[in-house]
Amino acid sequence: MASETLHRFGAFGGQYVPETLIPALDELDAAFDQAIRDPEFQRELDRLLKEYVGRPSPLSTAPRLSQAVGCDVYLKREDLNHTGAHKINNALGQGLLAKRMGKKRIIAETGAGQHGVASATVCARFGLDCTVYMGEEDMRRQELNVYRMRLMGAKVVPVLSGTRTLKDATSEAIRDWVTNVNDSYYIIGSVVGPAPYPRMVRDFQSVIGREAKAQMLETAGRAPSSVVACVGGGSNAMGIFHAFVPDLAVELVGVEAAGRGLDSGEHSASLQRGVPGVLHGSLSYLLQDESGQVHPAHSISAGLDYPGVGPEHSYLKETGRALYVSVTDDEAVEGLGILSRLEGIIPALETSHAVAWVVKEKERWNKGDAVLICISGRGDKDLAQISEMGLLPA
Amino acid sequence: MASPPATTSSNSITRRFDALKKESRRALVCYVTAGHPDIGGSLETLRALEDGGADIIELGVPFSDPIADGPVIQASSQQALEKGMTYDGVLALLERAKPRVPVVLFSYLNPILAAGPDALTRAADAGASGILVTDIPVGADPAREEWLGASPLAFIRLVAPTTPRARMAEIARHGSGFVYLISRLGVTGVQQTTAASLPETIQRLRSTTTLPICVGFGIATPEQARSVGKLADGVVVGSALVSAAEHGPEDVLKLTRSLREALDD
Ligand SMILES: Cc1ncc(COP(=O)(O)O)c(C=O)c1O
Repeated sequence: MASETLHRFGAFGGQYVPETLIPALDELDAAFDQAIRDPEFQRELDRLLKEYVGRPSPLSTAPRLSQAVGCDVYLKREDLNHTGAHKINNALGQGLLAKRMGKKRIIAETGAGQHGVASATVCARFGLDCTVYMGEEDMRRQELNVYRMRLMGAKVVPVLSGTRTLKDATSEAIRDWVTNVNDSYYIIGSVVGPAPYPRMVRDFQSVIGREAKAQMLETAGRAPSSVVACVGGGSNAMGIFHAFVPDLAVELVGVEAAGRGLDSGEHSASLQRGVPGVLHGSLSYLLQDESGQVHPAHSISAGLDYPGVGPEHSYLKETGRALYVSVTDDEAVEGLGILSRLEGIIPALETSHAVAWVVKEKERWNKGDAVLICISGRGDKDLAQISEMGLLPA
Repeated sequence: MASPPATTSSNSITRRFDALKKESRRALVCYVTAGHPDIGGSLETLRALEDGGADIIELGVPFSDPIADGPVIQASSQQALEKGMTYDGVLALLERAKPRVPVVLFSYLNPILAAGPDALTRAADAGASGILVTDIPVGADPAREEWLGASPLAFIRLVAPTTPRARMAEIARHGSGFVYLISRLGVTGVQQTTAASLPETIQRLRSTTTLPICVGFGIATPEQARSVGKLADGVVVGSALVSAAEHGPEDVLKLTRSLREALDD
């Protein structure tokens, strides 16, 4: 309890949860701090990141995209990780921690299904029981991932309450945890939730930025001038930002989902259009109405379709260290097409938001700029959805 | 830990417990969701709770994302919100209903924060005697806990089966009115049995505080109320009453009466 301020990023974060969970969060806090100081844990994590996930992920140059936008663009290839997204970095770290804590049952929530798949994967690898909560709407949008999770032995529970998306899946996962707190470990999928989750997930994802920083020096002989990532809960963005936060010359840009437009009321741009509020255990920017009810988010990409955002992003926004921008559903689909055609890389719809912003802001780039984009995941999971919507070229 | 022990006026709740104690009776604390099934129905439900013998009414402020609640209260909250219920709407309902028994607002933090710095004094003006916030555990946010603790409302704190003894004392010290003991792991909702560890948990809590102890979560039937009433100073019934409210005030009245009789037995 004495460490209340350690649970925050400025005013944001905290532990706004039912009393039942407090001892479990204290236990987690202590176990995590102990684990990251234990060289044995770090060695085991590094070994698995290398032999199982395939790290380090490459840094790719992007000659045709660079030409199209008028500066040097580099791609950090989290899409090449095992299971196809950055989510595995966190799921593996937390899975290892759960094992160390002696937990046998894992709970996870998922939106796009990438975190659910990553959790199911880690559970299969470690022999842990896995229950994944997923909104019914997302199960429809991301059917392939539902199949992948089930194939690996996870139980996928459809969530029918509220908006039937990531927000409600997260609430349901928390309810499960409150009920089974003594034997279950909750692997949260982004830098959200009560402390210590935002810090812990960031630390497990920070391998992205650490690698990218060294790879930029090696490949480009310089640091990036801008680092760009999409922001749902904000884990791939925090993961690639973290190593660069102290380098004030490096611009950090988070791209939120503007959905049908920032003024349409149908978007997921919490940092640009929300106000601080409490959801899922932390105080952060939140889409809500004037009476404090959470406003349903919208995005074409299930992974960005969330009305809240990680508290550290709220802090980076307030301090001006990071810039938060957005692109619409249509622009994101265009971004997916552009990276596919120009570089032969099909990005996830979430990732496509970051790509689309770099393309859209062509005017802002100068010849000497080096823009690093986090390619958080690959697009296979989205192809059925966008072809169904008639958005794929014939 | 900044929030001081609340000392204020809250005290229709304390008076009620004092009166019950003199008669060696247990408090019947009844939860319903404000605005469920609609405003008119909610007024009738409140009346039925009073007529049926409730000692304290917990009036739920509906929230879009009630992580501590099971399906019944989730659905009632969603229904109330769809009918346009807001924090101000809850206060207006309270002013109209003017219950003869103390009312505790039962809420998540966000709707209270959104209602502004005068949210608590306005609630007191509307007739509320206490407030209970599900998602602000002791020590989580000293400044806001101080705001809640220093208001004219009693600040009811929650203790869980997982709470260690030292923390129980801390919680009790920063609360007033009564202590709400969550009977089992999990969310609100009807259960067939009560946790085997309950007597021991109550005993542990009893050794840390002189505040009355009310036990809730999962208590639905007169039999359960009777057996928990033997251990605690009061019992809280929620989901079962919310389900009854779905059917109308007669069902609420009937259930409340049978709970009352079982407790007074
Ligand atoms: C590929 C990909 N990128 C990004 C996200 C958004 O999450 P976050 O903002 O935590 O990185 C998701 C979430 O499902 C995802 O699958």
